Amino acid sequence: MLEIRNLHATVDDKPILRGVDLDVRAGEVHAIMGPNGSGKSTLAHVLAGREGYVVTQGEIRYLGRDLLALAPEDRAREGIFLAFQYPVEIPGVANIYLLKAALNALRRHRGEAELDAVDFLSLVKAKLRLMEMDEALLYRAVNEGFSGGEKKRNEVLQMAVLEPRLAILDETDSGLDIDALKVVAKGVNAMRSAARAMILVTHYQRLLDHIRPDRVHVLAQGRIALSGGPELAQELESRGYGWVEAEARQPQAGVAGGQA
Amino acid sequence: MGKRSVQLDELISQEYRHGFYTPLDVDAVPRGLSEDVIRLISAKKQEPAFMLEWRLKAFRHWLTMTEPRWATVRHPPIDYQDIVYYSAPRAKTDGPKSLDEVDPELLRTYEKLGVPLAERELLAGVAVDAVFDSVSVATTFKEKLGAMGIIFCSFSEAVQNHPDLVQEYLGSVVPYTDNFFATLNSAVFSDGSFCYIPPGVRCPMELSTYFRINAKNTGQFERTLIIADRGAYVSYLEGCTAPMRDENQLHAAVVELIAREGAEIKYSTVQNWYPGDKDGKGGIYNFVTKRGDCREANSKISWTQVETGSAITWKYPSVILRGDNSVGEFHSVALTNHWQQADTGTKMIHVGRNTRSTILSKGISAGHGSNAYRGLVKVAKSAAGARNYTQCDSLLLGDRCAAHTFPYIEVKNPTARVEHEASTSRIGEDQLFYCQSRGISAEDAVSLIVSGFCKEVFRQLPMEFAVEAQKLLGVSLEGSIG
Repeated sequence: MLEIRNLHATVDDKPILRGVDLDVRAGEVHAIMGPNGSGKSTLAHVLAGREGYVVTQGEIRYLGRDLLALAPEDRAREGIFLAFQYPVEIPGVANIYLLKAALNALRRHRGEAELDAVDFLSLVKAKLRLMEMDEALLYRAVNEGFSGGEKKRNEVLQMAVLEPRLAILDETDSGLDIDALKVVAKGVNAMRSAARAMILVTHYQRLLDHIRPDRVHVLAQGRIALSGGPELAQELESRGYGWVEAEARQPQAGVAGGQA
Repeated sequence: MGKRSVQLDELISQEYRHGFYTPLDVDAVPRGLSEDVIRLISAKKQEPAFMLEWRLKAFRHWLTMTEPRWATVRHPPIDYQDIVYYSAPRAKTDGPKSLDEVDPELLRTYEKLGVPLAERELLAGVAVDAVFDSVSVATTFKEKLGAMGIIFCSFSEAVQNHPDLVQEYLGSVVPYTDNFFATLNSAVFSDGSFCYIPPGVRCPMELSTYFRINAKNTGQFERTLIIADRGAYVSYLEGCTAPMRDENQLHAAVVELIAREGAEIKYSTVQNWYPGDKDGKGGIYNFVTKRGDCREANSKISWTQVETGSAITWKYPSVILRGDNSVGEFHSVALTNHWQQADTGTKMIHVGRNTRSTILSKGISAGHGSNAYRGLVKVAKSAAGARNYTQCDSLLLGDRCAAHTFPYIEVKNPTARVEHEASTSRIGEDQLFYCQSRGISAEDAVSLIVSGFCKEVFRQLPMEFAVEAQKLLGVSLEGSIG
């Protein structure tokens, strides 16, 4: 579904990603872990098409197409979803209104009829129950005055409504207490399917206690330094990231030497 | 209703759709302004002597006045001698007696504008007094309203058929000496709408006027007079469109509202005059004087305006709160894009005791647009217990536009309470990206955020107007990002 080859990206001319390779197939859940500043969030934003994240080298193919040629909204319409680490507040715009506009934009793109208010509301209510959210949140302005936990739940609610093919969750566990974490994990797990892939960007292993990934990757120095099964996350939990970073510096020097 | 919404869609689709010119046989007076021209206008309209007198007094006073310069708007000098002050579609007979007799070309123009004129519009609950250039061409539902004692007709008809009412109320809120543009209007106004709601009557439908400027180089000077007698209620809608044109056109209207004891007037405007092109060429100069008088106790006047058009908007719908316990409201959305300039706001003049006023102003600036809120809250010595709440919010798109707020507060009574809140915000890239990452295009995202920003004002509009206003904002903001 997703093939990333030798991806280099800069932010404000500062190189952050320095040759990421990653393959994600339909039905798989991948965890991207790594220390702060290793480029995890940058990778998530590059996938979603955020302005200011400049790809300088490499390519990303999504469902066989050149992802980098698509505008952010077209990526979303083609089934990519980014759950934000810091969801954005939009004063005055009701949460339900944004949700409906988004879902109908996707449906129009797929050539499907737009949902009317009644069908939409019954769909949303089912997803609300899944996320154990109060209906009142639908009528509040998008993320405005939401608690940290409410914001994260709201992201997963959007994901549940939009049913993406590829969901990228950027630090969705950060700032959640254990009960909220369980609810979020339940929502995410309910969406696992053979047709859908997920990338969980996280600093901590605890999310992976609740959402068991198929593959775990460690990002260090802007590259995937190490990949493995779920057991790798356990190892990181006990040993920390230091040893991976140390190993990551080695091959990088080798690459630099090779180029010279 | 279904029919109407199709028309609405057409009305507000992509570019400025109203840029067409209707070739009509036009009856005009010579270019320029003089006593002779005013006499000619008055004679053509077969006005009674008091009207001519009033016009001439206004004209003589106007000659002593100079154009106001205090607004934050810039424009080349206006040559008042280069304007045709009266232009009416020439009647093929002695004036249309029914819609069948109205020039079909004119009807097609209205069709393009989406103005409902035919009987089927009864279902939409809208009675329209359409001002085409200077003369009202057709007025619908007059009989139905007439049975309730409501008078809703063109100003000219009111002068002919209800001269006593006109004489009693004309200029009683905006005197002919009021200001440069209102005085000019008093001298030369060609037509407009007149409405009288008798005591205790609640007008059962929204009354509506669509203004339209058509003939080349024709200033439009309409005058609207609405009187709600004791305990009466009326909601009045005004919609404006103008064809695309290179020269700037002057528009100086006057609206006077009078609410007597316990009466209520709601006046809503969606103004979509031609704003000029993206380089600032052309567009309407809109210098309007709108004022309501809560003349007696327990009356209420509320203005709601959505201003998206015109190259220049200079407009301060005001309320004089004379009656005790009277209420004044002003809800405004003003949008400027490209090179549009708006200097708009309100005046709330508290005279009576326990009078209350609310001001809610939302300014949106994009492109090189400049948007100023200018508001006066005045509490006279007599206005014990007066209260005002003002909220002024500005939203900026991009970094070449401007927003200004000029609140003037004069309080002469120690028991008054006056509150003012203001905010300025910018549509952030993070908000746009958030919406885009949900599949919503950047332009739709801007509309979404702007609609959210304006929601409190739209809530004040009658439903079909609210839909129209929301879409207009989207259209007006096209090309403002990227």
